[in-house]
Amino acid sequence: MSLDIDMAEIAQLFIEESMEGLDIMESELMNLEPGAADSETMNTIFRAAHSIKGGGATFGFAEISEFAHHVETLLDEMRQGQRAVTTEAVDLMLQSVDCLRDMTSTLSDGPTDTTRAKELEIQLETMMQHASPVAVAAGGVGQKGSQDAPAGEPADDNSHVGSWDIHFKPHADILRSCNDPLRIFRELASLGELDVCAQGAENLDFEKLDPEECLLAWKLSLRGDISRGQIDETFAWVQDECELVIEPVGDATSQDESNAVDASEEASAEPVAAPASNEPAPVKPVAKAPAASQESSSIRVNIDKVDALINLVGELVITQSMLSRFNGDYDFTQLHILREGLTQLSRNTRELQESVMAIRMLPISFAFSRFPRLVRDTGNALGKQVELRVNGENTELDKTVLEKIGDPLVHLVRNSLDHGLETPEVRKAAGKPETGVLELNANHEGGNIVIEIIDDGAGINKERVLSIARERGLVEPDEELSDERITNLIFMAGFSTVDKVSDLSGRGVGMDVVRRNIADLGGHVTAQTETGKGSKFTIRLPLTLAILDGQLVRVGKETYIISLLSIVETIQVGSDMINKVAGSSELFRLRDEYLPVVRLHELFGIEADSTNIDDGLLVVAEANGQRIGIFVDDLQEQQQVVIKSLESNYKQMLGISGATILGDGTVALIMDVPGLIQLFHNKGGKLDMPATATA
Amino acid sequence: MHSVLAVDDSASMRGLVTYVLKQAGFKVVLAEDGLEALEYARNQAVDLVLTDINMPNLDGIELIRELRSLPHYKFVPMLVLTTESGTDKKMEGKAAGATGWLVKPFDPQQLISTISKVLA
Repeated sequence: MSLDIDMAEIAQLFIEESMEGLDIMESELMNLEPGAADSETMNTIFRAAHSIKGGGATFGFAEISEFAHHVETLLDEMRQGQRAVTTEAVDLMLQSVDCLRDMTSTLSDGPTDTTRAKELEIQLETMMQHASPVAVAAGGVGQKGSQDAPAGEPADDNSHVGSWDIHFKPHADILRSCNDPLRIFRELASLGELDVCAQGAENLDFEKLDPEECLLAWKLSLRGDISRGQIDETFAWVQDECELVIEPVGDATSQDESNAVDASEEASAEPVAAPASNEPAPVKPVAKAPAASQESSSIRVNIDKVDALINLVGELVITQSMLSRFNGDYDFTQLHILREGLTQLSRNTRELQESVMAIRMLPISFAFSRFPRLVRDTGNALGKQVELRVNGENTELDKTVLEKIGDPLVHLVRNSLDHGLETPEVRKAAGKPETGVLELNANHEGGNIVIEIIDDGAGINKERVLSIARERGLVEPDEELSDERITNLIFMAGFSTVDKVSDLSGRGVGMDVVRRNIADLGGHVTAQTETGKGSKFTIRLPLTLAILDGQLVRVGKETYIISLLSIVETIQVGSDMINKVAGSSELFRLRDEYLPVVRLHELFGIEADSTNIDDGLLVVAEANGQRIGIFVDDLQEQQQVVIKSLESNYKQMLGISGATILGDGTVALIMDVPGLIQLFHNKGGKLDMPATATA
Repeated sequence: MHSVLAVDDSASMRGLVTYVLKQAGFKVVLAEDGLEALEYARNQAVDLVLTDINMPNLDGIELIRELRSLPHYKFVPMLVLTTESGTDKKMEGKAAGATGWLVKPFDPQQLISTISKVLA
């Protein structure tokens, strides 16, 4: 982001946030039942006050911070159960919220009027003083807890200023938190003259040396005018991850000093920490709830994309002004300029379209990010060793598609882990490395995005797939299928090869659901497999749901659009290839398959050029593994069309997925192939537009 | 130029941290919560992580724990900037792999000097 944020804007943000926080405090305070403090509600209120206090101090609004501190102190006691929630206390809190709100809202207008705040502060303090002995003690603790002293501030003030000897033996895992002893030495060296002597190197076993462990100890000698506090500060964060002895040179009085410091630190810190561990965490989510619900409808866009868009609009304006010169006086000698302008316009339009689409695009890493964890956990649960390789995680796709592809991907990955990859023993026996490889690839191909899930497991057992499919009646007993068709039988509804329902896949949702989900996104999924070598699942998705690669078809005077992704082929058939079954439904034989014929002119009740099958064309379209032949008069061009929702303008219709406006201004309906197939089956082969909307 | 991944659910805090860090010559990447930070971090490396603790979706301590499990974040310094000052929280943070702890409200100078120290 290259936004230049200045302090005034940030302070404005703080004001807005505080106002939100105060609203939350108010509504939560209203929810408080006197007597019984719901800890989560109390936490929410406390947190809001705490943020206002913290932010106020950070942004230099001392009056706000100071007053919020008083409120917070009282709240802290109530939160920790050291003070009863009385109607009186809640009233005072509500008044304080009002006061804070007034103070906050006038922040930008200059000096804050603190008269009311001072009055309330006195009332708050009075209330604090009228506390039981327990509460008084607790008040002290609360105060300490909110004092916000930096970690490891020296707890006692040692008068010795001078030179020190330090023995420092960090725990072996100190490097794990990136606390490099060298850094500490460097810092000490900035305080005075430092001698460093490493110890323990002679006992190291170099054979077993782990580079991520720190096995050395150091004897440090620091010369100069240095206070104990400065040294403590340097070691503050690591002091419980090491053995540390700090001794003044030439001063024998404070032998046990470091211990004393630690002890007093702990004593003062413990009471603060104890309530913190009781506190149920989810406080922020409550406060953030409105923001979370907005998330689905908003999108964060990289500023570069917005800049590119503005740039293009600029170019469009230039083209427009170039073309506007032809307004009125038209001279044929200038024809080439007109042509140039139009070429430029079409380029601008295309780039503008791409650029606008890019705004909705997010990298697929958003969907991939959950897999390293999932693969590890699943692999462990199954006793399989898996290496995950991810390629092309920066490939971008539409936000809506991205959101919806997550679940099918998870299912396919789990499927590969569960059924594809073998256990280390099996793999070893098969002469393969014990660790299986699961690969996730994403890349752009034409106007589509292709996602592959590849495993090097056992592959899909085609004989078994085929025999199960026959058993379940998914395939006719004498039907011959290609290997590819057999593999893809796993996506058919009612198919599951798992004998035993495992914990992971194979329960409830099957591969047919995966396929349907992907089909809902306008894409499709296919499987390829090689026995013993592994399987590959390929998902092909449109980049966006807003634009469709369509084939325009004509029936009479009407134009309809069929998604290019669903079209298998277009053929001319003779009426001798058509069989009429059970009254009205027509089937035609395409190679080894009988496909139902859908006559669009019948479906929409319009006049076609000809109802004779010999005169038109059959567009063979596929959805969910089923094919139909759509009878049309003629094919027209292929083009990208912008999908307009029928639902938002009219109502949802089965068989129609939307509409678009063509170049000449006419409206064309976009066919929904799965819907057409469903219509065909619903009506027992006779197609009629349903009279009522099917939601 | 060192890059800092700054994580805070408060927009004003993000704004302030950005302002302070940019003034000091750092490149700043922002995330609104732990999850967003983690998603960024999976594919991108930074020189230092600065995170709040109390955040929706994924809190700062969990974030540090997750980040430490990423090979390219194993040795990246991770500082906590929070209103929390309780010892238990700090211990939790340390156990997760935090490199340091700063308490809000923070002094911009102190923030910069701590970061510079850790990056030295």
